[in-house]
Amino acid sequence: MPFIPHTPEDVAEMLATIGAKSIDELFEEIPASLRVRGLPGIPEALSEMEIGRLMSDRARQDGRPLCFLGAGAYEHHIPSAVWALTTRGEFYSAYTPYQAEASQGTLQLIYEYQTMIASLTGMQVSNASLYDGGSAVAEAALMAARAHRRSKSMRVLVPRSVHPFYRKAAVATAGNQGMRFEELGYERETGKVDRAALAAFAGEDVTALVIQQPNFFGTLEDVDDLTDWAHAHGALVIAVVNPTSLALLKPPGEWGTQGADIVVGDGQPLGVPLSSGGPYFGFMTTRMEYVRSMPGRIVGRTVDAGGKEGFTLTLQAREQHIRRGKATSNICTNQGLLMTAATIYLSLMGPTGLARVASVSHQRTQELVSALTRIKGVRAAFSAPRFHEAVVQFDRPVAPVLRELEQQGVLGGLDLADHYPELGPALLVCATETKTSADIERYAALLGETLRRAQAA
Amino acid sequence: MIHGREQVIFEYSRPGRGAFGQWPGGEGDVGDIPEALRRRSRPLLPEVSELEAVRHFTRLSQLNFSIDTHFYPLGSCTMKYNPKACNQYAMLPEFLGRHPLAPESQGQGFLACMFELQEMLKEVTGMRGISLTPMAGAQGEFAGVAMIRAYHRARGDLARNEIIVPEAAHGTNPATATMCGCVVREIPVDAEGDVDLEALEAVVGPNTAGIMLTNPSTLGVFERKIEAVARIVHGAGGLLYYDGANLNAILGKVRPGDMGFDVIHMNLHKTFSTPHGGGGPGAGAVGVGERLLPFLPIPIVGRDAGREAAVYRWLTERDLPQSIGRLSAFMGNAGVLLRAYVYMRMLGRDGMSRVGEYATLNANYVLARLRELGYEIAYPSRRASHEFIVTLRREARELDISAMDVAKRLLDYGFHAPTTYFPLLVPECLLIEPTETESKQTLDRFVAAMAAILEEARQQPDMVKSAPHTMPVRRLDDVRAAKQLDLTWKGTA
Repeated sequence: MPFIPHTPEDVAEMLATIGAKSIDELFEEIPASLRVRGLPGIPEALSEMEIGRLMSDRARQDGRPLCFLGAGAYEHHIPSAVWALTTRGEFYSAYTPYQAEASQGTLQLIYEYQTMIASLTGMQVSNASLYDGGSAVAEAALMAARAHRRSKSMRVLVPRSVHPFYRKAAVATAGNQGMRFEELGYERETGKVDRAALAAFAGEDVTALVIQQPNFFGTLEDVDDLTDWAHAHGALVIAVVNPTSLALLKPPGEWGTQGADIVVGDGQPLGVPLSSGGPYFGFMTTRMEYVRSMPGRIVGRTVDAGGKEGFTLTLQAREQHIRRGKATSNICTNQGLLMTAATIYLSLMGPTGLARVASVSHQRTQELVSALTRIKGVRAAFSAPRFHEAVVQFDRPVAPVLRELEQQGVLGGLDLADHYPELGPALLVCATETKTSADIERYAALLGETLRRAQAA
Repeated sequence: MIHGREQVIFEYSRPGRGAFGQWPGGEGDVGDIPEALRRRSRPLLPEVSELEAVRHFTRLSQLNFSIDTHFYPLGSCTMKYNPKACNQYAMLPEFLGRHPLAPESQGQGFLACMFELQEMLKEVTGMRGISLTPMAGAQGEFAGVAMIRAYHRARGDLARNEIIVPEAAHGTNPATATMCGCVVREIPVDAEGDVDLEALEAVVGPNTAGIMLTNPSTLGVFERKIEAVARIVHGAGGLLYYDGANLNAILGKVRPGDMGFDVIHMNLHKTFSTPHGGGGPGAGAVGVGERLLPFLPIPIVGRDAGREAAVYRWLTERDLPQSIGRLSAFMGNAGVLLRAYVYMRMLGRDGMSRVGEYATLNANYVLARLRELGYEIAYPSRRASHEFIVTLRREARELDISAMDVAKRLLDYGFHAPTTYFPLLVPECLLIEPTETESKQTLDRFVAAMAAILEEARQQPDMVKSAPHTMPVRRLDDVRAAKQLDLTWKGTA
């Protein structure tokens, strides 16, 4: 019996102790009419050898194309040590650290993570992770409504240049509680938030302004001005950031004169594989004054009965298992293992290594944009400075071109036709430190050829 | 397990040190990024060698209990063995390297696994449709209640905003109802642990959106009146939500869909053995009956039967215009779902039913042994499901020993503590769930530890009250932790 250790003798002794004749008798309290007899829709069991073969075949079917997709999920080098350590049984198969004395490893690691992510974002406190970047935006909006006691509107301004899936997740998650998300357009020339659209909200009750840096297009926003505008008009600032970028870019805690109020993002770039979209983890940091409004688990350092230093979950009075219907969120299980991987990744990278990952990724993207825009019929969509991602526009529909590239084993980027039809044929591209000059040349050569053929046809 | 203090990683840090082999060679040109947008201060990240990092995190891991090292009789959490194959085959390089927005043509292998997982989950739950996107049980609950609300709204039935929850429910149930903008109505359970039908009759009405139930309940017993509950709630126009936290107890024996539930979330990190990871990632797939099919969260994997081979594709808003929407940036915890898929294929048809059988056998065996020792069982007249409750109210009264004390002393004996003080309505309780993957010999050692602790409680109660004695730390000062908040490292004082 796979994963069940009982011998027939064990079963007989156990049933005798219980005083039952059969295992089936143990289900006597379930009305007979409800019992199922067999599960014909489940296939017969496979041995590990057989499932191994099946999974390897399926993985091979998916292949390993050369990938220039970004859009919130980035292919970075992951040191071998990260997952060798993360998949140690003592991390991998441990429970949530409620029993602090038997979970000091996980708890100390969370404390180290909180320190790193708070410093990286320039904020004072961090939680122990949320599900992902999209759900983190929803939680940040709800948190802003709790933290900002003077604002009654439950109204959050979200630029159209924020990740479209994050916007959708925020509406799906927070909309049920009366949260309203209102869209702000972007300037077609620069790709930055449209200041005129923002100015229209002056004098109104706005709970928070969301600022994504870099935004979905890779464009860098004027974060200082936007932050100061929000604070001058009584709104909190929710920053949505790429953690790798923060080795180079101004941390949200230093935006404008007061800094952002809540910072969230997806931690995937920090040692987490692409893996079809998850598991990733969301991070959230804030000012100390808002710590009690923050959702999710938080670890604190304290002392034990003997005065020895130790770590424990703290401020649990915010959470669902204590506060039930009045909790800050229903979140329970979060993304502990991914946060573990990120902490190990950040330890191996350090401040210098992370800055190199960021700067080399940025340079690769600049090289990519130069190479692509040298091709006839391709131009950069926006004039403003960017970080490690960019939109290029074509003179013809993107989808057929991408399909041709795909045949050659290249994923050329994300077609923006569905999400930003107003941009015409447009493609979001990204290159990280994992792409070599040869990779970029290969992509550019294939694209040039494909477009030339299409233009000639 | 090791016992010394492990330094905070920043204490190993020395300026100029690093895991150099991991960094890209050279620095990239960032001259085009305006000075005003750049970072001026260095972030506080460790500067350590690769070996220092490896030793540090290995040592931290050794300060933990885990399934691979210890038995976790942790009620309501289903801490079973996480087979290594599940991890190995979910981490094949092609699966890890697949971008979430990669075209469907470069994901037919992955999508086939997801589609088949949806089909298998339908079969074991008796539901009509599955969405795999929720990233944890609580998010699955959220999706479930949001679908119930969307269903009523779509019918123009706008007054239905009350969610009924038994008092024994998980904290996530009322928290979820609130997150969905609903009002929570709690109802009592009777002396034998079944829902109080009179109280239910009294509370249902034109405002009832639905009821959230765990079955077997958090009291460790099967809700025998489930058919009557379904009749009453459906009769009042409400829907039934199944909290899948205890699905392990009935896997292959009875299906939520057959009990009359309209929507269910499953904790794949419980029933289907994906790892808890020290607090996640989980996966909280949802299943629905006919009425809620149009409202499932997206994306879902669909199959178009082609002439040659089936083609798998994502179903989105275009296919499900009434969907409650997208709960994550992409499709949820795909890697966790792959692990659950491998597990289910390895169990197969017969193995699936054995899960519920042996989980129930183990729980009833430990119950019988603890009763022999003199421990008081909270619901003595009932058959245990895959878990049961011991109440230490007598020990608390007579010996001044609390459930917390016993839980902490168990750590010294090498067992993770059972769930304590949950459910809230049983005083001084331990909720014990052995799972099917533990052998009789492990269970016997656990029972022996419980016997020894009971003896200590009578002979040398201080030994129990001041436990644990052999862990890396003793009991921690939680009051100080909450009052003198120390949430980030600020250097050696």
